[in-house]
Amino acid sequence: MSNGSLLSRFAEHHLWLARYVERTENLARILDVNETFARDNTGVQDWLPIVHLHADDEAFFAEHQEASAKAVVEFYIADRDNPNSIIESIRAARENARSLRHLISIELWAQLNVFYGWLTDLKKRDYDLRNLSKLCSRIKEQCQLHTGIAEGTMFRDQAFAFYNLGRQIERADQLTRLVDIKYHRLLPKVSDVGSAIDVSQWNALLRSVAGYQAFRRTHPSGMTPALVAGFLLFNPGFPRSLATCVREIRRLADALADDPGLEGKRLPPGPLEHLQEQTIQPIDQVIDRGLHEFLDKVQLNLIELAEAIGNTYFDQSPLDTQTQTQTQGVA
Amino acid sequence: MLGAAGTGLAHTEALRQRIDRLKLKALQRRAADTERELYNLGITFTIYSQKDSIDRILPFDVIPRVIAAHEWAAMEEGLVQRLTAMNLFLRDIYHDQKILKDGVVPAELVLKNTNYRPEMEGVDLRHGTYIHICGVDIIRDQEGQFRVLEDNGRTPSGVSYVVENRHLMFRAFPDLVEGFGIRPVSTYGLHLRDAMAEIAPEGIDDPQIVLLSPGAFNSAYFEHVFLAREMGVPLVEGQDLIVEDDQVMMKTTAGRKRVDVIYRRINDDFLDPEVFEPSSLLGVPGLMRVYRKGRVALANAVGTGVADDKAVYAYMPRIIKYYLDQEPILPNVETMICREKEALAYTLDNLKDLVVKPVGESGGYGITVGPKSSAEELEACRKQLLAKPENFISQPTIGLSVCPTLTTNGLRPRHVDLRPFLITGSSTWVLPGGLTRVALKRGSLVVNSSQGGGTKDTWVLE
Repeated sequence: MSNGSLLSRFAEHHLWLARYVERTENLARILDVNETFARDNTGVQDWLPIVHLHADDEAFFAEHQEASAKAVVEFYIADRDNPNSIIESIRAARENARSLRHLISIELWAQLNVFYGWLTDLKKRDYDLRNLSKLCSRIKEQCQLHTGIAEGTMFRDQAFAFYNLGRQIERADQLTRLVDIKYHRLLPKVSDVGSAIDVSQWNALLRSVAGYQAFRRTHPSGMTPALVAGFLLFNPGFPRSLATCVREIRRLADALADDPGLEGKRLPPGPLEHLQEQTIQPIDQVIDRGLHEFLDKVQLNLIELAEAIGNTYFDQSPLDTQTQTQTQGVA
Repeated sequence: MLGAAGTGLAHTEALRQRIDRLKLKALQRRAADTERELYNLGITFTIYSQKDSIDRILPFDVIPRVIAAHEWAAMEEGLVQRLTAMNLFLRDIYHDQKILKDGVVPAELVLKNTNYRPEMEGVDLRHGTYIHICGVDIIRDQEGQFRVLEDNGRTPSGVSYVVENRHLMFRAFPDLVEGFGIRPVSTYGLHLRDAMAEIAPEGIDDPQIVLLSPGAFNSAYFEHVFLAREMGVPLVEGQDLIVEDDQVMMKTTAGRKRVDVIYRRINDDFLDPEVFEPSSLLGVPGLMRVYRKGRVALANAVGTGVADDKAVYAYMPRIIKYYLDQEPILPNVETMICREKEALAYTLDNLKDLVVKPVGESGGYGITVGPKSSAEELEACRKQLLAKPENFISQPTIGLSVCPTLTTNGLRPRHVDLRPFLITGSSTWVLPGGLTRVALKRGSLVVNSSQGGGTKDTWVLE
């Protein structure tokens, strides 16, 4: 645009493009590790937590009797009626990209277009449990490919900041959901402590966010629920931690506030300050006061932040019905 | 590419030799590659069903159509002449209506036409330009004469395929195009942008131009993306614009910004719910008010549909004569105006050999094709003609010329038409070539993409 201005709708499409791809990557990671993750101490798989994680109980049980592996996998990979499914997330990402086609690189569009085409061609046998890990790896890699193309080709203007805001907000959202659901499950029962199953479950949780190596660098020995939760939430070097996401969000918000094209428009300080305050607490104190309550508050803060972005930059009054909303409820 | 007797034309000889050296299998493999590229790049039109969207490509035939420099020079002159007359006609009918008063074109044909917009009466437009973007459907008859089949002066589409086809051709067949002097088409976006700047309201130096699209769900959305990208302007939808204090504003992250020129790809009816279709969500309430005050420019202008109407088409040779005092360089397809006594008599006498078309609407609705109609259908047509002759024109059935086209069995002749594009701000520029549509089925005359039509790259030689 000649005068450097950006249509509000395009800013919004950028933000949601990143959110949907990030959401997909997280879901693929969770499905990928669930086979080990979900075994309880009797070796029975439990896929219900994934349904809880996305607050999809109502929608899921309207279609299915029980949370069998097959039903959950199909629901989250290929169900066109499930707005949280991978195929629907990538469809939505592609629709956002479609609206941005004149602004983004042809490569960025073409990759999403081919990715979506590949997903629509998937057959049932492709997401059979035996092939699940391979499938999830490919989905994850396609998301990473998207991210790489975006990093390598997106014009560095305010649109890029909105895109990255979307990524960081979604990442923080997904991480806090994951910790919320898994933490209580993984609190060791007396009988489990130190057992093989216990350790493998912690490994799985960390692996689902590609955090095992990073955790071991920070904590060469020992693996307690508090250590893992503390690492995932507050480690400043881990790229998917809440602290890192919030720090990135702050940096992006400041960049927007300083952007001459935005003529001094800036977010109201509240939501972001609240988020920052959350990330400087000791993990023991958080656990003492109630981890679930803490995560709930973070989730609400993220929603407030998204609303503030909409009101400030997207020409939305709080009463406007948003075309895209957080389709996931608070778990 | 070949002459009337099937002998090679001089200007295509080098190309023919190069194609001859390629094996059929190699041609087909490269053709398949280009189709896949079209899908992957999303150079598609989209058909929406309840839940999903289906992307279809416009099939691309890799054998180019070649037009010699001297043929094109005459075409260009004829197209500019025709468009100049159309713009003069539109300015006249929305101002003094001299052509109606002089009885050259029947007044009610214009004033009672559904595409006539009384809202445009007395509105002055920059450079007197109404049709800024024009697409003219051209066919070539048995004698090799180019003729105008239809004018498209509202929101003509297809130009994106012209430019993309050329890119595809250069990528897939660098060995075919090497060393040929082919006039470029990639400057379309620059010319369009320049024209849009020329029509901005007086006194605005660096106008904010936007392209207004019905949105991502429109089947021509790819073209809207293409045009916005080529011009470097925002691709907006109605929801992005708002009228405030007699200005059109767009909603940006920095607040609301004034818009000066709108290349709109939505029809008149949907532009402004306050004036036209009240239920339209695609347009901008209050837009016409601002437009009539000259505080925003629209391309094309409102109310151009009356000039590309089938009824007015029949009068186009007389319109050219009236305003320019010239004979048409590009003739019409011979057309009988059934409101005129002799033409009606001729039409009734030769019904089984003619195509009878209702006027006042675009699209192929209600056409009677004589040679393909039953006795009952012809009788029904005869009754309609006698009851309301002024509602009809008739034309001889038209043969389309052919071009060599890649089929599973090798190169075969297939019927083609041509849609050149013209851009007009203060003056007119003609895109060299245009969209060649080809009927891919053997013997078919239907070049429409929904019925087995494809496209070709069209080369105008230097």
